[in-house]
Amino acid sequence: MRWRRYGEHAALLDCDSLEQMSAARATVEQAAVEGITEVVPGARTLLVVAEPASRALDAVRTLLAEADLSHPPSDEAREVTLDVRYDGEDLELIARDAKCSVDDVVARHSGAIYTVAFTGFAPGFGYLTGLPAELQQPRLESPRTRVPVGAVAIAGEYTGVYPRASPGGWRLLGRTEATLFDASAERPALFAPGVRVRFRSV
Amino acid sequence: MRALEIVATGPLALVQDLGRPGYAHLGVPPSGALDTAALRLGNRLVGNAEDAAGIEILLGGLEIRATTSCTVAVTGPPVPVSVDGRETGSHAPLPLHADQRLTIGRPATGLRCYLAVSGGIAVDPVLGSRSRDVLSELGPEPLTPGTRVPLGPVTGVPSGADVVVAPPCPAELTVPVLLGPRDDWFADTAAALAAQWTVTAESNRVGVRLDGPPLRRSGTSELPSEGVLTGAIQVPPNGLPLVFLADHPTTGGYPVVAVVRSESLGALAQARPGTSVRFRTSF
Repeated sequence: MRWRRYGEHAALLDCDSLEQMSAARATVEQAAVEGITEVVPGARTLLVVAEPASRALDAVRTLLAEADLSHPPSDEAREVTLDVRYDGEDLELIARDAKCSVDDVVARHSGAIYTVAFTGFAPGFGYLTGLPAELQQPRLESPRTRVPVGAVAIAGEYTGVYPRASPGGWRLLGRTEATLFDASAERPALFAPGVRVRFRSV
Repeated sequence: MRALEIVATGPLALVQDLGRPGYAHLGVPPSGALDTAALRLGNRLVGNAEDAAGIEILLGGLEIRATTSCTVAVTGPPVPVSVDGRETGSHAPLPLHADQRLTIGRPATGLRCYLAVSGGIAVDPVLGSRSRDVLSELGPEPLTPGTRVPLGPVTGVPSGADVVVAPPCPAELTVPVLLGPRDDWFADTAAALAAQWTVTAESNRVGVRLDGPPLRRSGTSELPSEGVLTGAIQVPPNGLPLVFLADHPTTGGYPVVAVVRSESLGALAQARPGTSVRFRTSF
């Protein structure tokens, strides 16, 4: 674990693993340090942004230096279940690369419990970890110009759901009707870092 | 209701305030005025709080009709301003009464002028901000002729007879940066950044793209996605840096070699294609 400077008012924590990053994120969020304006998790990093001229970054450094990140504080652990129609255009390709049947792909994807590790790409898009190893497959060689809203997809070690129609290179498993992002809702994003996610085949 | 009617727009006119920070963990960019000093100044001139929403006008061409009496001010680079065809001037409070038309010409330097109006633009906020985010398509749609833009209640008095000198938008910029977090991914990062870069026409509210001698990576590893901030200088595989502006994605998969000091972001956002940029590193 190592801190790196990030401009005038921020610092980036380089973590040894996704688990360590998640533990650091949970620790910082629970402590609710005054003067911290953003806590942005990445795949192996945590970006912490402070108000100008505050001492909040020092407080976070001290907090994490003293924290036991192998036993992080229990998370908010909100859990959501999304109904998915597994009829995606890449199901056959995914089954071929996983050397199993389409039914097995569906059973494996809907049988796992996922965690939102970090977000990005678009408001409400979460990178979900917990994908079974045989479903960890590369992106498409050429991205689609349009992936429909609600598309459930996989790429690398992640699964995710497209919050709106957009170009995209992830392999498509199916679709959900769930609303991933609604700026006018009290909780605008269904997926926030730390949220647990299940997919149910319908 | 107090309102402005949009009569004409130039290439792009967007409602902007100081943005919606605090939602990066949900994938929501900060957005907001690119030249915050210009928007703040305009708001002060018309008697608003500095964070009131105004209109960010790319390359001039905005014409509005007041439907009520109000005070307006145009800031940013020096730009011709007229009321009912009479030249008035930028960087000063201008009283308008109902039916008067304000026309903003094309700035000779710089890119973005700001129109502040007493009471502020009062479209419905999205996640606490009235800013249009062009990347995420959050906030009010780009303005189009015929639109009536609501104004909020007047809360203060316009400033007095201060003379405000419009800041110049030079053809050459020296931009102070702080090295890191990933300066160690490149050979001689500070020296490479000090080269002469040129702003390209692909620049927009997401970022300023630069052309020049490509930065050379010292290794070949891939960077897992990590958080990025406004002012971050990201270097994709082609070695040509991109400086993120307010509508930047919240995470990115290319190394950030340095971060622009915030006081210089406004000048960078005003830099026209062809402007020469050098980064000066400090520690």
